[in-house]
Amino acid sequence: MIDDRQDLLLQVNGARRRVSAEGSDTLLTVLRDQLGLTGAKRGCNQGVCGSCTVEVDGWPVRGCLSLAAACEGHEIVTIEGTGRDPVMAVLQRQFVVRGAVQCGFCTPGMLISARRLLQDQPRPDAEAVQAALSGNICRCTGYRKIIDAVLAAAEELAQ
Amino acid sequence: MTDPKGIAVGLSIPKFENQEKVLGEARYIADLQRANVLHAAILGSPVPHARIRGYDVSKALAAPGVVAVLTGDDVPDGRMGAFIKDEHALAKGKVLYVGEPVAAVAAETEAQARAACRLIEVDYDELPAVLSPEDGLAAGAPILHEHLADYVKVFDAGSGGNVASRTRFEEGDVDRAWTECDVIVEGEYTTQAQAHVAIEPCGALAEYEAGGRITLWSANQSVFRVQANVCESLNLPMTKLRCLTPRVGGGFGNKMEAHIQPIVVALALKCRRNVRMILTREEDFEIVRARHPFRIRMKTGAKKDGTLVAREIEVLLDCGAFADDSPGVLGYSLLMSPGPYRIPHRRAHGQLVYTNKLRFGAFRGFGQPQVSFAGEQQIDEIAGRLGIDPIEMRRRNMLREGDAWFVGQQVASNGLAACIDAVEKASGWRDRPKATRHGTKRRALGMSVTAHISGLLGTGAIVRVLEDGTVVLNTGATDIGQGSDTVLTQICAEALQLPVDKVSVASPDTDGSPYNWGTTASRVTYTAGRAVVGAARAVEAKLKQHASEMLECGVGDLELRAGGRVGIVGVPGAEVSFAAISGRAHWAVGGPIVGEHTLVFDQMTHDPKRAVAIGLPFARIGVFSFGAVVVEVEIDEVTGKTRVVEAWSAADVGRAINPQLVEVQLEGAFVQGMGLALFEEMVWDGPRLANPSLMDYKVPTSRDAPYAIHSIIVEAPEPDGPFGAKGAGEIGINVIPSAIANAVAAGTGHRHHHLPLTSERVLDGLIEAEAAA
Repeated sequence: MIDDRQDLLLQVNGARRRVSAEGSDTLLTVLRDQLGLTGAKRGCNQGVCGSCTVEVDGWPVRGCLSLAAACEGHEIVTIEGTGRDPVMAVLQRQFVVRGAVQCGFCTPGMLISARRLLQDQPRPDAEAVQAALSGNICRCTGYRKIIDAVLAAAEELAQ
Repeated sequence: MTDPKGIAVGLSIPKFENQEKVLGEARYIADLQRANVLHAAILGSPVPHARIRGYDVSKALAAPGVVAVLTGDDVPDGRMGAFIKDEHALAKGKVLYVGEPVAAVAAETEAQARAACRLIEVDYDELPAVLSPEDGLAAGAPILHEHLADYVKVFDAGSGGNVASRTRFEEGDVDRAWTECDVIVEGEYTTQAQAHVAIEPCGALAEYEAGGRITLWSANQSVFRVQANVCESLNLPMTKLRCLTPRVGGGFGNKMEAHIQPIVVALALKCRRNVRMILTREEDFEIVRARHPFRIRMKTGAKKDGTLVAREIEVLLDCGAFADDSPGVLGYSLLMSPGPYRIPHRRAHGQLVYTNKLRFGAFRGFGQPQVSFAGEQQIDEIAGRLGIDPIEMRRRNMLREGDAWFVGQQVASNGLAACIDAVEKASGWRDRPKATRHGTKRRALGMSVTAHISGLLGTGAIVRVLEDGTVVLNTGATDIGQGSDTVLTQICAEALQLPVDKVSVASPDTDGSPYNWGTTASRVTYTAGRAVVGAARAVEAKLKQHASEMLECGVGDLELRAGGRVGIVGVPGAEVSFAAISGRAHWAVGGPIVGEHTLVFDQMTHDPKRAVAIGLPFARIGVFSFGAVVVEVEIDEVTGKTRVVEAWSAADVGRAINPQLVEVQLEGAFVQGMGLALFEEMVWDGPRLANPSLMDYKVPTSRDAPYAIHSIIVEAPEPDGPFGAKGAGEIGINVIPSAIANAVAAGTGHRHHHLPLTSERVLDGLIEAEAAA
């Protein structure tokens, strides 16, 4: 094994965090294993399931496909760092009360994708929600209650 | 039982742990951190069938960070298995499928463990492989389990050669009955292997305790099955292993029996350190378990007026390398294969054959989606030949109150008629054409009905009253995300007339929880719910005994009052709080209040006076729930691509303790069944699984699933169910492949006998039907 470990300075959830990572370490690995931010999940490690979704400079990205070293100088936000965002708070409340959460493993990634959708498109219809969340696999709910939760959040935010 | 007053039961209370899940605070197996932990990795077999001549682990042991290497030589000769004890902790003496764990490494980092695995040399004496059940039955076929006759079996399995088990049920006189039939349909059907794809891959963490005791955390559906499997395979006394559960990221059957827990425990014992292993998605596909491929031959006969007379089914199941839950799936699929109908003459038989593939096992529906794919299509075909509406056909033949199920058990509650009425009405079935064309798109309706059980085996509950009058409920049932912690709390709260926030749930713990067989067989609400009601009743009796002494009245004059009080009937002010009673119990009289109740499901499946049953894996199976579905599909004439536009799914769940949680079961089951019907398929390239990744194995996304899935709750209360409840977890999936196939047949004129209904197959069917027309 080649040891190409290097120190990185990452901006995570509004704080500067120093980590030591190998060149091949993904953002997901660093977040979970070094920073203890386990909200983003490893479901496939291949960029398909979306359970590792976090924000980089405001955009949902696959934590498992992003190299940690390439994230220096960018603003990283995980589910743990979205606490004060009013859009996220409404989404979280609607996910809870509308039964959009089953096992919960996909939920953090789903919420990150949903927040971006509502920022871009404050009043989406069901089809737009289906399209926006199609990169986040849920094996439990059948998606209906997730879509309903996003639509309800959009409605609540519009009031 | 206290009369339900609706303080908790029947309310769509959000699941209690939803909040921690939306905040990203929920801890699953991969999220648990421990000091001084070793990371483990496994080496999978590169060949499907071989004797192991020996190992050279010297290079691996010398590799950086490696603490221990585990091979078959290091594990005891114990064998585990729910029905047939045929499986070691890891390969010992032989390997039986590509990917089978043949060695494992514990090292300081995961990368080191994985790198060291590649340095292990295994000397294989390769044997010819059995890659299909047909091959396994052939004369002179290589034998996978030479010592099958010596294995411990929990039922009369009839094992021999490569046959793991065989089952046969018979009622009436099937052979003679065919002469009474005016219409007979017959066909052969095949279904594919489906992967569970719980979004959380399996994993385990063993903590080595002083003195050699292990505390084991793992992704599971039953801490008690984990304990039994690890102890059986490693010859450990159960006192040496405590099993606990973190949050679990879905199961669907995948996490019911063992995965890598025995390997992780063996490594922790060997290293005397904490050991952790989390499977990659690929490993999870390759080495855990999957839904059985079925080959089905079925024949159904009816009279001119549509009355069903006879049905025969023969199935051949691919078992994979180990029996796991497969004998149960064989027996259950045959037991349910006649469907919820009155059919006087019926025979169901089949075999389960070992092959050199990963084990097949429990998966939501437990064999029913497969046999329903054949059976419910044949009902439609008969209806079509006789010119009877498919719903009318089912109504004429459906099981009615007081009827017995196949081989003899009486059915207590039966909401089938109401389910059929509900989907007929909601879908507008009567007033709609069953097939239409719009340009190059065709739309069509299809329907299907089913029954399922909830029940099985042992369960307990303990309810404790704390000093402040609140309550802790402990059942040992693992909540895998479906919400059983919430549902059982609602049952407890209702029985004690307490607000739900005055009840907390203890996490399953083999040291501290009463036995619970597992989160499987749609059983937790029904069986654990019954135990909770029993335990709450015991608490109620003790509370009332104290109250009678405190209020100086007879026990019979007392009632529970909402909010945690016991009072004298008809005297509003005369009451004492649970807190006051519990304080008295803790500090003065009687001792802390604990109520417990245990039960084992004990209604017999088979009535020997009525039917023959050989190789029945479940002597006492469960109570019956019912379901019906209507789907509307759209078929692209140009490509064959088929999608579901809308669906109406009804289930009789006895009593919906939490309606929202029942709805989401039906919705999730629908989409998982739709994946099975239309595109999910595990594909083997010779002995090797060719698509063990989410890139190559497609599961439905939010774009594939219809938004318009309408779940409809029907309530036909089960007499001994908790507040009338029975299960809801599986019933919704049984009907989906058959209903979609019925809709595709209505839209294209072609009957499909092979799943999945891929675009290619549907297009070929369309072309064939056009050519025939």
